[in-house]
Amino acid sequence: MKGQKKSINYFVNEYIGKTIVTICGLLIVVATISIIAFICGKGLQSFLHGNISPWEMLTSTDWSPNDPKDKSYGALIFIVGSTLVSIGATLISTPIALGIAIFNNYISPKFGSTFVKPVLELFLGIPSVVYGFLGVTILVPFLRNQLGGVGFSLLAGIIVLSVMILPTIASISDDAVKGVPFEFLEGSYGLGSTRWQAIHRIIIPAAKNGILTAIVLGLARAFGEALAVQMVIGNTVKLPDSLYSPTSTLTGILTMDMSNTLNGTAWNDALWSLAMILLIISFLFILIIRMIGKRGMQNEQ
Amino acid sequence: MKFSGLKMSMVGLILAGALAGCGNAKDSDSTTSGSDDSKKTEASTELTGTVTAAGSTALQPLAEEAANEIQSSNPELTVTVQGGGSGTGVNQVASGAVDIGNSDVPSADKLEDKTKADKLVDTKVAGIAFAMVVNKDVKVESLTEKQIQDIFSGKVKNWKDVGGNDEKINVINRPASSGTRATFESILMKDAKIDDSLGTAQDSNGAVEQSVNSTPGSISYLAMSYLVGDKKDALKVLKINDVEPTTENVAANKYPFWAYEYMITDGEPKDAVKGFIDFVSGEDFADTVEKMGYIPMSELK
Repeated sequence: MKGQKKSINYFVNEYIGKTIVTICGLLIVVATISIIAFICGKGLQSFLHGNISPWEMLTSTDWSPNDPKDKSYGALIFIVGSTLVSIGATLISTPIALGIAIFNNYISPKFGSTFVKPVLELFLGIPSVVYGFLGVTILVPFLRNQLGGVGFSLLAGIIVLSVMILPTIASISDDAVKGVPFEFLEGSYGLGSTRWQAIHRIIIPAAKNGILTAIVLGLARAFGEALAVQMVIGNTVKLPDSLYSPTSTLTGILTMDMSNTLNGTAWNDALWSLAMILLIISFLFILIIRMIGKRGMQNEQ
Repeated sequence: MKFSGLKMSMVGLILAGALAGCGNAKDSDSTTSGSDDSKKTEASTELTGTVTAAGSTALQPLAEEAANEIQSSNPELTVTVQGGGSGTGVNQVASGAVDIGNSDVPSADKLEDKTKADKLVDTKVAGIAFAMVVNKDVKVESLTEKQIQDIFSGKVKNWKDVGGNDEKINVINRPASSGTRATFESILMKDAKIDDSLGTAQDSNGAVEQSVNSTPGSISYLAMSYLVGDKKDALKVLKINDVEPTTENVAANKYPFWAYEYMITDGEPKDAVKGFIDFVSGEDFADTVEKMGYIPMSELK
């Protein structure tokens, strides 16, 4: 009897737990695959059933889905807008994030771990709409007073985004810098280098892969961000002719038009195609991260 | 089943008789033929059940207020009103997700699949006037339709060309799929095309209000329901062809820039849904309709 009960317990402990975690694991796979399948299924509609060519969508700047006579669905403006605003934001935040990572680990580790790191985590939790509001009420009027014009611009989008992705890049770079073996630092001191020489000749190159991952993750986050950018970028359907001119992003046009167009219309299908383009670009970012990771492992070997 | 149906219709008849005795002006006005029996029954019976509505953000405040009022006199009735945009409204009602789809435009304008449009019934519940609004620094009181077309198509770029001060015109549009913009295009722009590469676009009435208020030299179009109370002082409302946007001028056919708001149902509305739609467009609610910046149906006959 006792032995039997024990084996039931064993069975329960061993298999119920295993089943639950297996379901959890499968759930994420199924969810991801079905989301991708759904977006691609919807996104391909306009190429398969509509008469839009993918090439035209990727290369034309003429986006006029509401023109009664001559509808066209060129998405180049949005792709360029998203790309510029994300790269601009990454260019601003990466050096600052790197500075924070070095400060936290080598200049003042104690202050860094008790104060800067928790603040960084707090920063990460601020919702994007808050950044958008700050952008509209403080940044846009500030730019207007300083530079004239309307204030809604690519520049405003870049600034808001750079603040948003700063904690992402900073905390991952921080981990990367922390992961550099202490012997590297000792070794370079041993060769007579100053602290600064050790940091920029040894530590940063050694943490290079982690830092690159941080940058690509920041870039991916910037690319996918919708609300905050949409609030400050101006949403003009036009290629930006300067840093201070308004333009649109992929996510911006999606949030603005998706709820006002009907399922099954060519316009709605075109928006799904934009969503698919967005998805493909995020996959490219993830692929790049994996490639960096692989290269890192090869280097270690 | 048969028995209870008979019982219900008897109750209905008795109540209808009682109501006729009261001499309710509104109901006897609209009584023309046999189908009105059910309407009388609805007006006097307590409404029960749940009604869900979603869609147009322009109609949303009015629908919410109506929901509050009708629920306080019919405690057994629950009315839920959500936004989402006119397209969402038509989508949701066509797929059966909600009872009522709120829309700024008739359902046939949004749907490409005409077989679906046949099933849907549009009921006009109120009128809504729109106004051309400018920043307070603009020294123009009235614009003609031609001048408005020139401004939004990019032919006129300075306020001095339409009788104002020497200042650059900053055009603010709604996104191409917006119902407000569709009304603006069909009534005022006519054959002229909005140049989307001009100025900026804002996602919602609220965002338009905010950016016209803060951007010098800006012009946009806004639903009058957003211009009641102290909000009216934040912007300057323009006349069109020297006619002010008021309920009287719309009713007298002098002011062109207005449209109906629709509640769309799958098939003829019945029971609680009909009760709610009748209440929104009815006489008892008309004062509130006007107070909130809309135009009651009784004014538009």
